[in-house]
Amino acid sequence: MSNTKPLLDVTGLTKHFPVKGGFPIRRTVGAVQAVDGLDFQVNEGEALGLVGESGCGKSTTGRLITRLLEPTGGKISYRGQDITHAGRKELAPVRSEIQMIFQDPYASLNPRQTVGKIISGPMEINDINPEGGREKRVRELLEIVGLNPEHYNRFPHEFSGGQRQRIGVARALALEPKLIVADEPVSALDVSIQAQVVNLLQKVQQELGIAFVFIAHDLAVVRHFSQRVAVMYLGKIVEIADRDDLYGNPRHPYTKALLSAVPEATVDETPARERIRLQGDVPSPLNPPSGCRFRTRCWKATEKCATEAPPLVQVEGNKPGHLTACHYPETEGTVPTPRLSKDPEVAA
Amino acid sequence: MFRFLVRRVLGALVILLIISAVTFFLFYAIPRDPARMACGKVCPDDLLAQVRQNLGIADPMPVQYWHWLQAIFVGRDYVGVGHCDAPCFGYSFSNNVNVFDTIMERLPTTISLAIGGAFFFLLIGVGTGMLAALKQGKFLDKAASSFSLIGSSMQIYFVGYIAMFFLVSQLHLLDQPSYTPFTENPGAWFSGLLLPWLVLSIIFTANYTRMTRSQLVEQLSEDYVRTARAKGLSRSSVFFRFAWRGAMGPIVTIFGIDMGTLIGGAIITESTFSIQGLGALAVRSVDDSDLPMLLGVTMIAAAGIVFANIIVDAVYALIDPRIRLA
Amino acid sequence: MTSTDQQAFLSVRDLKVHFSTEDGIVKAVDGLSFDLEKGKTLGIVGESGSGKSVTNLTILGLHDRHRTAIDGEILLDGKELTTARESELEKLRGNKMAMIFQDALASLSPYHTIGKQIGETYRKHTGASKSEARKRAIEMLRRVGIPQPDMRVDDYPHQFSGGMRQRAMIAMALVCDPELLIADEPTTALDVTVQAQIMDLLKDLQQEFGTAIIFITHDLGVIADIADDVLVMYGGRCVERGTKEEVLRTPQHPYTVGLLSSMPSLDGPVDVPLSPIPGSPPSLLNPPSGCRFHPRCAFAEKVPGGLCSTERPLLKVEAGRGSACHLTLDQRQEFFADLAATRH
Repeated sequence: MSNTKPLLDVTGLTKHFPVKGGFPIRRTVGAVQAVDGLDFQVNEGEALGLVGESGCGKSTTGRLITRLLEPTGGKISYRGQDITHAGRKELAPVRSEIQMIFQDPYASLNPRQTVGKIISGPMEINDINPEGGREKRVRELLEIVGLNPEHYNRFPHEFSGGQRQRIGVARALALEPKLIVADEPVSALDVSIQAQVVNLLQKVQQELGIAFVFIAHDLAVVRHFSQRVAVMYLGKIVEIADRDDLYGNPRHPYTKALLSAVPEATVDETPARERIRLQGDVPSPLNPPSGCRFRTRCWKATEKCATEAPPLVQVEGNKPGHLTACHYPETEGTVPTPRLSKDPEVAA
Repeated sequence: MFRFLVRRVLGALVILLIISAVTFFLFYAIPRDPARMACGKVCPDDLLAQVRQNLGIADPMPVQYWHWLQAIFVGRDYVGVGHCDAPCFGYSFSNNVNVFDTIMERLPTTISLAIGGAFFFLLIGVGTGMLAALKQGKFLDKAASSFSLIGSSMQIYFVGYIAMFFLVSQLHLLDQPSYTPFTENPGAWFSGLLLPWLVLSIIFTANYTRMTRSQLVEQLSEDYVRTARAKGLSRSSVFFRFAWRGAMGPIVTIFGIDMGTLIGGAIITESTFSIQGLGALAVRSVDDSDLPMLLGVTMIAAAGIVFANIIVDAVYALIDPRIRLA
Repeated sequence: MTSTDQQAFLSVRDLKVHFSTEDGIVKAVDGLSFDLEKGKTLGIVGESGSGKSVTNLTILGLHDRHRTAIDGEILLDGKELTTARESELEKLRGNKMAMIFQDALASLSPYHTIGKQIGETYRKHTGASKSEARKRAIEMLRRVGIPQPDMRVDDYPHQFSGGMRQRAMIAMALVCDPELLIADEPTTALDVTVQAQIMDLLKDLQQEFGTAIIFITHDLGVIADIADDVLVMYGGRCVERGTKEEVLRTPQHPYTVGLLSSMPSLDGPVDVPLSPIPGSPPSLLNPPSGCRFHPRCAFAEKVPGGLCSTERPLLKVEAGRGSACHLTLDQRQEFFADLAATRH
């Protein structure tokens, strides 16, 4: 990227959850390596998508950035300030600039508070008194997210799922944040409602210039929303690139497999992508495979993959900013020769 | 399972140690002097000092506690009384009887009361709860809910006296409550305790009815119960093999806590029916500032609750394979 | 082929399912008809509250009988199910017709081993012994692609991964070689790579046994992959049906068009906003009058006389293709053409 300082700079970010066991005295006997050495940057006003399957560590990453979790290692810098292990007081001003939107619009709003109270909550906690009073600001926010300002005194249960997610967005906007971490913000919503919320978030991102870390498992939604996309597998970033490069020229076999597994609502004779079927399940993060973590499901894996972890670098043929962690990156248009999968199912 | 039990038993011993220490030191926070009480109204200073020496309360508190603790494992010699074998909980301040022997003497009474009562309230409570869950929303369900509400609003001393008055004094249907050891005369044991059992069960049943009903209703709406029906299993086999299995956990939990409490002594029940169990002993030892007896009863009650909890957790793991004991 | 007349293997005729709740009557399904042949897959698409799940629970007779009023016909291989006795249905469930559910972890009993749960179905319907049932369970686990089935058979569901649980669930549903399999969002909770595995498995098994499958989903992408015919439901009614190709290529109902254009895709344009359907799905307690989609429909005003809000559009079906909309076919061609162009 350019020489301007990124808004958020994450290097070597690691989170291991200790596993207790042993006898007779319980001690830490292992660790779930939820996130293991992430490097990425988010620039001002930019939307970075974080995709991957369940257990890949994308939600943990979101929680580490917002410092809802304490990192085990690595460094998180926000506007040049190291916030990796910042205390409550130090963190307070940063917290108001980094906000979060959650997946479950039902569980993430306090059912006993009115919408007005929910949205003005962050302002109260941070003792912020906007011009014209908090209520006026809340009404403005309701309008921005497409809700009726008259609904100020209603309770969350009086709203539908999509409207509730809008309330969550309004709450996140209350402190005029610079960065919003959205953790699966649309996956609990009906298909027809998802588009409404995606559009709203996109409007917010573009009009207010807010940077986003958009965490989702739906590759199509991420593609639509993000300018850059990082693909995670078992706690590591396997590929990160500008949207068009990642979707148009995936170099990591996992990215390719993931894209090919997305069912598309088209009945064209010739599908745009070849179909790759990964076998088996994601291994346990408690005891991840040595070397490249994807090797147990990869059709290209060799000895080298088991012994040497591939670094996340700009492999040959990548544009600048397109980083791939693979010893044997895919080349454009190659037909994969699956070895692990018993039935390759390369559709004609 | 073995590791779990060892770990938990060790933990339980630590808890009991803490409880004994807290009880011991709290006792001395009460502004009462057991020596003066034992000595009588007219008590010269030298006699008081002597009594103090005899009771073993002349030493500083931590030393006294250490002696008390030591006696449990190795026994203790008492001046003028002789050796008290381990496990020794000392002698009563008020009537000089051996505390451990007294407790052992009273324990069968309390256990009889607890186990018999538990049998009835489990049988009636869980049975009614199951019927109510099966007949959700029907008359039987509503009747069971009403009765369980009435039952849980009752107090033992109220129900107990009324039941005694009508069933024993007026109608002569049941015997006057009393305790006869089971080994001596099982018939008398049964008839003497039947009334306390029934009265106990009226109070406790309500909890079990409500718990069983709500648990079963919840389980019956679970997805896996629907799956079982989709496999073609009949309503009754789904009810007993699936829903009931899931409902058992919480019932076992409250049952364990209730049993622990009952073994510690059903104080009100025992005094209502004038049955000489641990509860009655506990009340008297507090009245008399009888430290050794009080400590003894407290330890038994605490042990009952602590070990009941361990058993509950172990049983829970047997019921639900998802729970890993560690 | 058991039926001598023109009767389809599964035939649902004018099905109405109404629940009574404290707040009033919920018209979960309101006049639904469809046919399904052996070896074919019918995809039912709809959002929450569209009645898609209720329809299928009703086919199996798993609805709450005290609260539900059912009208219409469900004929399975010529046998009427709506009036069948519970004991007759028990013999069919798990045997001739089986169901798999969305959340495999919640849908498998946490208290019994996988093998026991699979074997139980087999024993119930075939009277097999315990050891025969165990053997059969292992065989089924192998068939659905569980590695080391003879060891995994004694595991509990929580010891399986998400994808394996769904495979076990499929093994359990297929243990008696059912002729009808109802799959209620079986892949929604799964990751895409596992979803692809499960859909391949279902297709393979269908080819092998000629099972008729009803596949319920909200994802049109999944439909494109697995279904032969599609039924789009909205507010308890069928708004459009046809073959997968017909419905996805030339949708005829504004709701189907809305669904398609609100979905982002992997290769559509990215710099234009999505075109969502405004509003939320209707409450079935108090559904909109006339066409249930009219409050959210962009074209309701184009129909003269406010017909959309007063009169229920009839589903006109010709050779399996039809839609329930007051717009004329010419109007639709004109309006939907632009939308198809902006598909993402």
